[in-house]
Amino acid sequence: MDNFEFHKPTSIDDAIKAVDGKDEPKFLAGGQSLIPVMKLDMAQPSDLVSLAGVATLKEIKEDGDTLVIGAMATHATVAESDAVTKAIPSIASMAGHIGDAQVRNRGTIGGSVAHADPAADYPAALVALNATVKTHKREIAAEDFFTELFETALEEGELITAIHFKKPKRSWYEKFQSPASKYAIAGVCVAEYDDGVRVAITGAGNKVFRHAGMEKALSGNFDPSALDGVDVDAGELRTDVEASAEYRAHLVKVMAKRAVKNAR
Amino acid sequence: MPTIKLTVNAKPVTMEVEARTLLVDLIREHLKLTGTHVGCDTSQCGACVVMVGGQSVKSCSMLAVEADGQDVTTIEGMAKNGELHPLQKAFHENHGLQCGFCTPGVVISASDLLKKNPSPDEGQIREWLEGNICRCTGYHNIVKAVQQCADEMKGGA
Ligand SMILES: Cc1cc2nc3c(=O)[nH]c(=O)nc-3n(C[C@H](O)[C@H](O)[C@H](O)COP(=O)(O)OP(=O)(O)OC[C@H]3O[C@@H](n4cnc5c(N)ncnc54)[C@H](O)[C@@H]3O)c2cc1C
Ligand code: FES
Ligand code: FES
Repeated sequence: MDNFEFHKPTSIDDAIKAVDGKDEPKFLAGGQSLIPVMKLDMAQPSDLVSLAGVATLKEIKEDGDTLVIGAMATHATVAESDAVTKAIPSIASMAGHIGDAQVRNRGTIGGSVAHADPAADYPAALVALNATVKTHKREIAAEDFFTELFETALEEGELITAIHFKKPKRSWYEKFQSPASKYAIAGVCVAEYDDGVRVAITGAGNKVFRHAGMEKALSGNFDPSALDGVDVDAGELRTDVEASAEYRAHLVKVMAKRAVKNAR
Repeated sequence: MPTIKLTVNAKPVTMEVEARTLLVDLIREHLKLTGTHVGCDTSQCGACVVMVGGQSVKSCSMLAVEADGQDVTTIEGMAKNGELHPLQKAFHENHGLQCGFCTPGVVISASDLLKKNPSPDEGQIREWLEGNICRCTGYHNIVKAVQQCADEMKGGA
């Protein structure tokens, strides 16, 4: 691993200043994706700006029909948060099943969302739960945020400050996980709102995506049986060492049914 | 080079480290505490788990500079006044280790579990230890040891 300058600002303003004008700066959150990537020399930042000292980024709160989770809230904090469990229990459950205990103690929602791994769990929650990604300078709708494999709408030096989720009537997330990494081989988040149901799928394609057929079927009848006649097209899905596209298509439907059954 | 100050196994440490120094390298190479192991380069094995600020973390996936100002406990800091920690004793009694490579990480991780949940059931122990891989695959006795320790600690030990 190459050396770099380490910075530890205590405010959002100072964090932004710390990356300004640097060669190849990067924010450091929990380090559970970035440090492994740096150990493989797949990222060689000139400057690492740790966000651990910025207390305001850790806040979790309810704000009317919105649940706000600060970018630096760890997976363990979210899993154990009373506010999250009360407002949107599917998010607490999802966070409690990311990786392992030590990954959850360090890894954060902001880091997970910025990293945009196609098999990460949070992207499904953001898209199904109609979330907005708040940065230090703007708001980005979740669906516009995840652009490609490991790519997001974030600009150079743009800092995620919080994720705003819209509270559903009920929702749930189910994944079929890789036994080694716990990442989703196929993960489905369903969320029921007054104006219809949203279904977001992670792990199965090159990025998180919604499924119009499932959404239509479930908006008419929020019951697992409503998905019986819905087609999941394997043509859009990934084949890799863990599963074929056809198997993923099958898993997507099974996970979707489980999520509907368990929705609360 | 950044200067960091931290506490390792209740002893104050002040030293200069390169920013890129991993916490595990500080522990093993600089402080010569070689009970903490490195079993992989993909952050998946858990052999390197130590306590930082009261939470179990993978010291191979954290920078030494991030531990500045924190309390760190490694396996060497578990025994007190020549007495094994109840978990260490339980591992000994239940044959909870074979080659012992994974053991330091497992013991530290299990101590974090028992702090959060003093009476875990078997399923909860197995789920919590998902991040600790034992290449000798002696999981049964690891779980038995953690369970015995929980029972004894509840008994007021
Ligand atoms: C063994 C293992 C198993 C895992 N299993 C899962 C799993 O089952 N499901 C899952 O979803 N994930 C899993 N992960 C990934 C984990 O959730 C990471 O914590 C997450 O991907 C990155 O979060 P972080 O806080 O560690 O970010 P970092 O690693 O610190 O950062 C990741 C990237 O995000 C950028 N970044 C961080 N914070 C911000 C911010 N606020 N604004 C802008 N950019 C930012 C960084 O510059 C970097 O590019 C696993 C990781 C490991 C090591
Ligand atoms: S050495 Fe394998 S997880 Fe740290
Ligand atoms: S006892 Fe050998 S790796 Fe666990």
